[in-house]
Amino acid sequence: MLRLTAGRVRTLLSRQAMAALSTSSARMASHGHEVSEQADISLPYFDRLDTPLPDRPYQDSLSAAEKSLKQKEKGPWTSLSNEEKLALYRIMFKETYAEMKRPTGEWKTVVAGILFFMGATGLVVLWQRYYVYPPHPPSFDEEWQAKQVKRMLDMRINPVEGFSSKWDYEKGQWK
Amino acid sequence: MSLPKPVMRGLLGKRLRFHLPIAFTLSLLAAVSFKVITEPRKQAYADFYKNYDAMKEFSAMREAGVFESVRPTGE
Repeated sequence: MLRLTAGRVRTLLSRQAMAALSTSSARMASHGHEVSEQADISLPYFDRLDTPLPDRPYQDSLSAAEKSLKQKEKGPWTSLSNEEKLALYRIMFKETYAEMKRPTGEWKTVVAGILFFMGATGLVVLWQRYYVYPPHPPSFDEEWQAKQVKRMLDMRINPVEGFSSKWDYEKGQWK
Repeated sequence: MSLPKPVMRGLLGKRLRFHLPIAFTLSLLAAVSFKVITEPRKQAYADFYKNYDAMKEFSAMREAGVFESVRPTGE
C-alpha cells in the first residue's frame, strides 16, 4: 500500500500537485541508494479534527472501477450521482467528520477512576485517623469547653449580633 | 445535499434580547438583597447602643475576672 509509483501518483492527484511530487520522486530516483523506488513513506494518513485535508488520500491503490470514477471526476461534477460522490469521498478520506466526532464513552471510565481513587483515599484517611493521629488535647473535653463558653460570655464576645447576643444576662440562660 | 443558509444578521440583537433582561434582574436582585441584609444590621447596632451602659458592662466583666489590669473587687 505504501509503494506509490510515479504512474499512480499522476492518476490520483491534480496537475499542480503532480508537478511538485514528480520532482520529488525524480529526486529520490537520482539517489540510487534506496532498495526500491518508494515514494515518501513519511506521508502518513490520519483523520484529525483540526487538519481537514490530510497529506495524502486514504485509498492508494484503486480498483478499475475506482480509477474510472476518478476519470469521471475530471469532468463536470454535476454529472456525478450522489453515490458516486460518496464513493469519491471514501477514496479520499477514511472517516467523515461525524464519524470522527462520535462519542467514545471515555468519560465513564474517567469518572469511575476518579471515584475509585477518592474512595481509596477515604480508606487511607480512615486508617490514619485510628493509627496515626495522637489522642485529643485537653481543650476538647466537655468540661473545658463549658468553661470556655462561660469565659466567652464573660468577655462579651460579639454582643450585638453574635455569640453573646444569644445569652440572656439577667436570667442567666440562653435566649 | 443542500444545507439551509445560516443566520447572517441580527446576532447581537438576539444575544442582547436574551441576556439583558437576565442581567437587569440579577443586578436588581443584588441591590435588593444588599438592602435586606444591611438595614436590619444597622438597626441591631442602633438598638444595642441605645441603652448601653458602659460602666455597668465593665463592672460585670471585672467581677467575672476576665481582665488582667483590674482584678475583681474582692481580691
